Amino acid sequence: MTTQSVEGNAPLKGARWWREIGWRHVVAIVTIVLVALPIVYILSASLNPGGTLTGSNDLFRTIAFDNYSTLGPEGFWQWMRNTLIVSTVTAVGTVILGAAAAYAFSRFRFRGRHGTLTGLLLAQMFPQTLAFVAIFLLLFTLGKVVPALGLNSLLGLICVYLGGALGVNTFLMYGFFNTVPRELDEAAKIDGASHAQIFWTMILRLTAPILAVVGLLSFVSSFGDFLVAKVILQSKDKYTVALGLYSWASDERTADWGVFAAGAVVAAIPVLVLFFALQKYIVGGLTAGAVKG
Amino acid sequence: MTQQTADRDLTSEPPPPPPSGRPTGRSDGSHARNFSSGFLVKLAFVAIFDAGALYGILAAVAVRSWVIAGFLVLAMIAVNWAYFSKRALPAKYLVPGLIFLFVYVIFAAVYTAFVAFTNYGDGHNSDKADAVAAILAQNEVRVEGSQAYALTVLSRGDQLGFAIVQDGEAQVGSAEFPLEPADDATIEGDVVTAVPTWDVLNFAAIAQQQEAVVALRVQVSGDPNDGALRTNDGSTGYVYESTMVYDEAADTMTNTATGTVYTPDDHGNFRSAEGEVLTPGWRVNVGFENFTRAFQDDRLRGPFLQIFVWTFVFAFLSVATTFVVGLFLAVVFNDPRVKGRRYYRALMILPYAFPAFLAGLVWRGMLNQSFGFVNEVLLGGASVPWLDSPTLAKVSLLMVNLWLGFPYMFLVCTGALQSIPGDVIESARMDGAGSWRVQRSIVMPLLMVSVAPLLVASFAFNFNNFTLIYTLTGGGPNFPGAPITVGATDILISTVYAIAFESGTRQYGFASALSIMIFIIVGAISWWGFRRTRSLEEL
Repeated sequence: MTTQSVEGNAPLKGARWWREIGWRHVVAIVTIVLVALPIVYILSASLNPGGTLTGSNDLFRTIAFDNYSTLGPEGFWQWMRNTLIVSTVTAVGTVILGAAAAYAFSRFRFRGRHGTLTGLLLAQMFPQTLAFVAIFLLLFTLGKVVPALGLNSLLGLICVYLGGALGVNTFLMYGFFNTVPRELDEAAKIDGASHAQIFWTMILRLTAPILAVVGLLSFVSSFGDFLVAKVILQSKDKYTVALGLYSWASDERTADWGVFAAGAVVAAIPVLVLFFALQKYIVGGLTAGAVKG
Repeated sequence: MTQQTADRDLTSEPPPPPPSGRPTGRSDGSHARNFSSGFLVKLAFVAIFDAGALYGILAAVAVRSWVIAGFLVLAMIAVNWAYFSKRALPAKYLVPGLIFLFVYVIFAAVYTAFVAFTNYGDGHNSDKADAVAAILAQNEVRVEGSQAYALTVLSRGDQLGFAIVQDGEAQVGSAEFPLEPADDATIEGDVVTAVPTWDVLNFAAIAQQQEAVVALRVQVSGDPNDGALRTNDGSTGYVYESTMVYDEAADTMTNTATGTVYTPDDHGNFRSAEGEVLTPGWRVNVGFENFTRAFQDDRLRGPFLQIFVWTFVFAFLSVATTFVVGLFLAVVFNDPRVKGRRYYRALMILPYAFPAFLAGLVWRGMLNQSFGFVNEVLLGGASVPWLDSPTLAKVSLLMVNLWLGFPYMFLVCTGALQSIPGDVIESARMDGAGSWRVQRSIVMPLLMVSVAPLLVASFAFNFNNFTLIYTLTGGGPNFPGAPITVGATDILISTVYAIAFESGTRQYGFASALSIMIFIIVGAISWWGFRRTRSLEEL
């Protein structure tokens, strides 16, 4: 903090170091141990072919990959595929729909613009998690007309998630789009570019960082969604990873804990990788939001 | 010259610009004269959409879903107008997102409010006509001394049907349509042996689908009161007639065996004078009953009050604990003299990248009373009922939510601290403020300005944190004796789920009413919170 920088740069020694700096390292190590404990535990359990909860308590007693090879026959990869399809399509769709709307709000002045923006904000007040009963009944009825959009369909689930595409994200992008100078649009227009060319080839490239953040947030939230997916998807072969792993872990008598652990490790990887690859953007986005209020 | 015209025809190039001075009626961007690749892509997308919508409209009309058909017509008009009118420039960018928003957010919200005032649910799933047909079908008995028919079981696709010979004439019917004469059927003796477009099932095939065959009812005529043809063995059919008779004019149901008359009541059921109720019923508007029910039903009131209080406690303590820990860590590691801060931070925010459902499930295993890691290893073989005692289950939930949620607060607070300008702090120190005073009077108020709205949002999120509750405790330990499956750690949103899907009879109306109540509570608190935080900004 800036307060300390006044005191000069001489390295501290002994008791004074402990009093001012050293204890912070202790706090860090204790926190990290607590944070890492479940992660280390599940990693160890996934490598232990014993399969029971008790057998998993001896950390790293054995190291074998039996559990990972059991994932296939149990249908795990099908769930993983479903999840990746749903989350990827949702993320791409959310970015395109949201960016298009943000472009319209940022670049065009039209009748009803203010009203539509306010309406979008109001629509966010009723989150989809609250409307899941109505969503269930809606898809039940839709499914009688177009089965692909009904219950127990991945496409139906994606459509429900895309309902949230014009939401908080649109406002995030709207703010960012406004920071791209309008003079650029004007210049492109003079060069003969159409509004569509300006959008697809210029604006989307200039706003790539915010698109990455929105895409990631959307991917992560549909990856981790439990409630809506549970209401919509009913048969095991349509499950997402969240539902599949829940069906393993919640059944305490027959649960094969080792296989569940292996599945959990695999399921955690995509989000972890994305998160650390884009960490800079996310932390920036979060704190930017925080500072702006 | 001729060469040139031929070329122009082949490539449909736009004509050369008119000589200057001649006024052009329209601007030059019309698609009719400018087939750019972008236009073709647009055309393809709109064509695909129109084809899909048209299919949807036909399918909706076929099953008489007039609302869906009507919506699709409107959507089709809106899309075609947006993409082919030159005036609808903003609409081109807004329409796709708005369609999804309308169907899956706005309609869903309005429909929730609509269902909240009905008794929609098991036993009241459909309209009155369906209920009448179902009651008649349920009360069917074989007509005493009626004729036995030699029955042939037919199939077409996944549809089953019956064929019999009556007065020397073949009659065919299925669940979808009543018996009707089939002149082109082949009859041998008194048995139908072949019907065009249908397959005749042999004994083995009947045995395979025994349940479906026994359940099949083929109405004798268009009037359900006339009875239906059914079979027990797949080879002999009898006419079954309902002991109930529906009198359409008087709107009453009469039991012909006992003479009891049932009249419709205001809850969508036929009810006798003695209070006996026929099931199923149908959907009716029940007013505010769903909203007051949680407070009026004696068996519900106790559990519901506990859930109500716990929801607030859970949301508030979740925000408070994660914020305190996150802020503490942010302050501790905001000191540039701490070496390796970057690595500490990267490791500490690991749980933030961990999906909540996984955290819930992993901790569920670790907190298991008999075999879990916490009891067995950390506590050396203790038997603490982490998830099985009402109080400890609540504590466990808060601890796991702290594990999951503090990194977010840590990140946010770190960002807010770093954005506080150094000269403000510097000048406070120049004025003689001590380190503690600077923290309390300068840093904290400035930090709260930016963080407070996020605390309100975090409260709203945790108020509806279904995933964690459901994966870690499943709402349990359950309250004994409650008419719905709820427990000590259930919050309002998981109660909605339990009422709608997990309590034996599904009660969509009651569940929706509860959703609306949550919406009002969260909305009011958020509105109040955001107003308060705006006043913080004026500091």
